[in-house]
Amino acid sequence: MGYTLNFAVVWRNFDRLLEGLALSLGLAVISILIGAAIGLAVAFALISKYRAASWPATAYVTLIRNLPILVLVLFAYFALPQMGVRLDKVESFVAVLAIYSGAYLAEVFRAGLLSIPKGLTEAGLAIGLTPIQIRTTIIAPLMLRNVLPSMSSTIISLFKDTSLAAAIAVPELTFQARKINVESFRVIETWIVASALYVATCALIAALMRRIERRLALPR
Amino acid sequence: MSKTILEIEGLRKTYGSLEVLKGIDCAVHEGEVIAIIGSSGSGKTTLLRCINMLEDFEGGTIRLDGEEIGYHAEGSMRRRKSEKDIARQRALTGMAFQQFNLFPHMTAEANVMLGLLKVKRLPKDEARAIALKWLDRVGLGDRAGHFPGQLSGGQQQRVAIARAIAMNPRLMLFDEVTSALDPELVGEVLQVIKGLAADGMTMLLVTHEMRFAYEVASRVIFMNQGVIGEDGNPREMFVAPKTERLADFLKTSSFN
Repeated sequence: MGYTLNFAVVWRNFDRLLEGLALSLGLAVISILIGAAIGLAVAFALISKYRAASWPATAYVTLIRNLPILVLVLFAYFALPQMGVRLDKVESFVAVLAIYSGAYLAEVFRAGLLSIPKGLTEAGLAIGLTPIQIRTTIIAPLMLRNVLPSMSSTIISLFKDTSLAAAIAVPELTFQARKINVESFRVIETWIVASALYVATCALIAALMRRIERRLALPR
Repeated sequence: MSKTILEIEGLRKTYGSLEVLKGIDCAVHEGEVIAIIGSSGSGKTTLLRCINMLEDFEGGTIRLDGEEIGYHAEGSMRRRKSEKDIARQRALTGMAFQQFNLFPHMTAEANVMLGLLKVKRLPKDEARAIALKWLDRVGLGDRAGHFPGQLSGGQQQRVAIARAIAMNPRLMLFDEVTSALDPELVGEVLQVIKGLAADGMTMLLVTHEMRFAYEVASRVIFMNQGVIGEDGNPREMFVAPKTERLADFLKTSSFN
């Protein structure tokens, strides 16, 4: 092949990759936290008996889940300013990923809500709790336990989606790797190391989620 | 006669075109222990569920200590009360369910404390003291820190009864509370209910335990096809039913 592997340049620039990774993680954490709040509210709206709540929630989930996230990222960064909404690169990406994860997590949460026995709501009503108190103290905590396994893969997916921020020059891991690649021409080495960082981080997230799952498991 | 707690007048409830309750009139007095019996589909569970608004109902009124439950008149219209008002009214009655319905992510103690903290807004120490007192009363003082998944069915049902009774309700509703239990666990739950009856708690019990109804109830209501078929003293009703319906029902149910 005539290509000799030489990682020296990549190691010299390793701190830039780590900075990129840190930014990727930061983007993911903030977006997913906002997305989880959106997702929870939307999930309750999805299963609401009131059409005024369920209809807009269904529209939101359908719209967002049927759009490629890259289209959303480009739209938010290039088209929104034309419409008078001016956000910087990071802000616009966080907004997009939050809205995007909100739609996916809403579906995950909805499935979790449907698996909670109706009797628990009735028991809550019977002792005089209001519907909102029942949601916060009984339904939401039980639903979260139910959905942790599927949430884990959604979160990993969303973390990987932060690489799309490279498209609008947010200096996260993929953007940094591309820069090192262009500057050094060490194509294979750069992408191998960047990939390894993604894989390791995802494995860590999965392990962390499993740990949380075990911690919250109900004793029996 | 002692004070009237609950007054039901002309109660009607339909599911679509099916009329489940076809005009129930009934008064419950302080300290009465009323067993509601009848075949499945006779409307006995629905009646219980209307009393604490777990079911909306289309006609008639239910009054608890003189206050109309669930609805209020607005001119000639009848309107459902706000969720907040209904929640406050529900706290005045306690209910135990066939399936226990304990909150699985909370310990026995936390299950009993929840209403005391969130509805009665008691301080934590006070709520815990009340919870422990009632868990003790149902014989589970040593299980306060256990989760529902770590308790037997009979123990879960006793915690559920403690959870309801700790709210100090005016009236307790029991909906077939022993039907989901293994036979050897029925006794411990009935024992708890007997104890509450002896304390003078006013109770309505939907039950299939005819022997228990006979022994503990001060009054029996026989529901038949959405109306009250017979209403009276258990000794008279079980020994000499006035209607053929009740006689047939008693023949087919396991009295002994």
